[in-house]
Amino acid sequence: MEASSHDVLMVGGGGAGLRAAIAAAEVNPKLSIAVISKVYPMRSHTVSAEGGAAGVAKPDDSLDEHAYDTISGGDWLSDQDAVEAFVREAPQELLQLEHWGCPWNREPDGHIAVRAFGGMKKRRTWFAADKTGFHMLHTLFQTSLKYQPITRYDEWFVTRLLVDDGRVQGVVAIELMSGKIQTILAKAIILCTGGCGRVFPFTTNAAIKSGDGMALAYRAGSPLKDMEFVQYHPTGLPFTGILITEAARAEGGYMLNKDGYRYLQDYNLGTPEPKPVLRCMELGPRDRLSQAFIKEHEKGRTIETPHGHVVHLDLRHLGEKLINTRLPFVRELCLKYQNIDPVTELVPVRPVVHYMMGGVSTDINGATPLRGLLAAGEVACVSINGANRLGSNSLPECLVFGARAGKTAAEYASEQKPASAAVLAQALDEEKRLEAQYLHKVGGRERVATIRGEMQATMERSVGIYRDEPLLQEGTAKLRELRERYADINLDDRSRTFNTELESALELGFMLDVAESMMQCALHRTESRGAHQRLDYPNRDDERFLAHSLVYRNADGTSRVEYMPVTITRWPPGERVYGQGKEHGEAVAAKRIR
Amino acid sequence: MMADKITLEIARYSPEHDQEPHFQSFEVPVHKEWVVLDALNHIKDTVDGTLTYRWSCRMGICGSCGMMVNGEPKLTCATFLSSYAKNGEKIRVEPLRYFPIVRDLVTELSDFLAKLKKVKPWLLPKDEPPLAQGEFLQTPEQVDRYKQFSMCINCTLCYAACPVVGLDPVFVGPAAIALAQRYNMDSRDQGAGERTAILAHPDGVWGCTFVGECTRVCPKHVDPAGAIQQYKIAAVLDWLKSFVAPRGA
Repeated sequence: MEASSHDVLMVGGGGAGLRAAIAAAEVNPKLSIAVISKVYPMRSHTVSAEGGAAGVAKPDDSLDEHAYDTISGGDWLSDQDAVEAFVREAPQELLQLEHWGCPWNREPDGHIAVRAFGGMKKRRTWFAADKTGFHMLHTLFQTSLKYQPITRYDEWFVTRLLVDDGRVQGVVAIELMSGKIQTILAKAIILCTGGCGRVFPFTTNAAIKSGDGMALAYRAGSPLKDMEFVQYHPTGLPFTGILITEAARAEGGYMLNKDGYRYLQDYNLGTPEPKPVLRCMELGPRDRLSQAFIKEHEKGRTIETPHGHVVHLDLRHLGEKLINTRLPFVRELCLKYQNIDPVTELVPVRPVVHYMMGGVSTDINGATPLRGLLAAGEVACVSINGANRLGSNSLPECLVFGARAGKTAAEYASEQKPASAAVLAQALDEEKRLEAQYLHKVGGRERVATIRGEMQATMERSVGIYRDEPLLQEGTAKLRELRERYADINLDDRSRTFNTELESALELGFMLDVAESMMQCALHRTESRGAHQRLDYPNRDDERFLAHSLVYRNADGTSRVEYMPVTITRWPPGERVYGQGKEHGEAVAAKRIR
Repeated sequence: MMADKITLEIARYSPEHDQEPHFQSFEVPVHKEWVVLDALNHIKDTVDGTLTYRWSCRMGICGSCGMMVNGEPKLTCATFLSSYAKNGEKIRVEPLRYFPIVRDLVTELSDFLAKLKKVKPWLLPKDEPPLAQGEFLQTPEQVDRYKQFSMCINCTLCYAACPVVGLDPVFVGPAAIALAQRYNMDSRDQGAGERTAILAHPDGVWGCTFVGECTRVCPKHVDPAGAIQQYKIAAVLDWLKSFVAPRGA
């Protein structure tokens, strides 16, 4: 079995992975740095992020206000030391991207322009039209090409972390092109594989978002944190799950029920004004808006379609000119994929699984409890997002914690010994497992797509926008059954060359583990907070649950859940207030920049 | 009247089993919102798990799912079955033209990636101010000068459309030239001189015979043909200037 060796290895080449790689290369140009990804870097899911990246930029704003919006938005489950570091470093990171060429939208005087965003009290969201993630990713990718020490393994699929002597020392991976199974040793490994939206049937997430990094860490004994917190974005296009960015509401779009009524006024989100008001109505946080949809549906006020019930997003009053200059991608997506023109027609939307607040548990520098293993971006849970992430905080999170993890890993790797012989033996075991379980397997009756479909339906039913104990118990039993049936899987494809069916089967194995961790965290948290809403425990319970869930994997595939206190520095838990209340009297009617 | 089923003729090739590519037919249901990619996923999930292709975002931004559809380079996530189903047509799906085939609909991209890197697609400022001094100022008009060329998703449809790429595999090609021009036109960049060696080479812009197919097939309206023309004119003007003024003047 071949083996290669590096100092720092990024698993995943999206926003966090590329930022980490550059940071590591800048700490010490003598280090050997590698990025391994199952896709070419520019295919990574960062590319789909639309609305923008938050970072305090204007004199009317302050770091404390960004911190407060993030912490209250997260229903006080965010670690406040991490949030403080995040809001402090986000503007520098966004500026660094500007210096690397990112085509940010500008004011007429040449300075960076910022826009309003849901749950944010001030305008602080930097944007590149409505393709912010695309431009950030391509800027990072193109910039990374000038760093000689960065080696790339494009289209390699990591199947296992190699751990010996209490530290991570490498991975086993399959080169898709040839089917070759290889060991890649590394002194430090940073997981940057993004989220796991594909465990659900209806998601904005790309096909590649199967929670690989979460499962890799979980199987290696590193705990996952806050996995019950799943963000539904309120405005997905039915059938495709394509996201209509929050910027559409920030620019002044209305949410209407079947009677053409701005129904959010019935859900403690303020009173309707013709122009957008920050932290009010359509600019309330994502969890509240998605929950309001379910209530509206129960009242029979949504619209039935062949792809489920929807409400309408109305952009018509914004006019063609504004839609074309500020929301061109929204119009393109509606026209090309839904055959609807938002300039003249109502856009059908429904809540769609969008983001995982939870992930691999890390400290403020991206380090996990397992030595040599770090994580950054959506795969990680630092945690700045708490129980509900605010829109436009995830892109800067990739940058801030990608850079921090890259630096930390580079410094750590400089002091480590080479890998032990034991991990090479583990790698051989892994190669044998892949051959026996998949490529040379005899018998087996289950199809990948069947088990995947049943898992997705189970997750939507049991771990959807509203949960309760009977549903979660039922889901737990169903996942157990699916794990057993997964062992009986049969592949049509036994080839070595670019075996995407093998890849799908390995992804499904990862997803079943991640699904189990989410189900158990949701079952054990008997309170409602942010995106975790229990019908049987409707209130927040700070006495018992102002704490992070930590979920560990048992040898038999089941899990155990423990709790860890939340770090509170300056903002004691309070009530989340949206709408034009006294507490947020400074919320001002938005004025368009141009 | 739209047919309720349609036949896909899909190019199949496995280097482990086949001497050369052949076609295999599959019948799939036509749903109004189904694109060619949905049909491929339907086949892979329920009929034949060996069917091999790339895809990810299904929203026209990751650039993975480009294929030849009835002879035209297309993003299959943005190509509706219904637009072919009207006249009982068949849909022929092949890997993107002019690229080596890895398997079925998957092409080899390493040569394309090497060409992208060759044009130095990163900002080369003459004097980069420290971060503490804030952003480079750039007016919306200055952004507009290069913005269009920054929209490339690297889907490689333009290479599959370009007859010069077919004849001369060394030609740098439309997307890479457009990307070079994206940085050349950026007011923060002074690296055009460093990119000249690649662009002004016979395998650079002068390889282009201005067929314009690249611009026609581009799903993101990047206009690589425009970038190439723009660069040629700039290069000729620089060359003429070298006669009237001594170097460095």
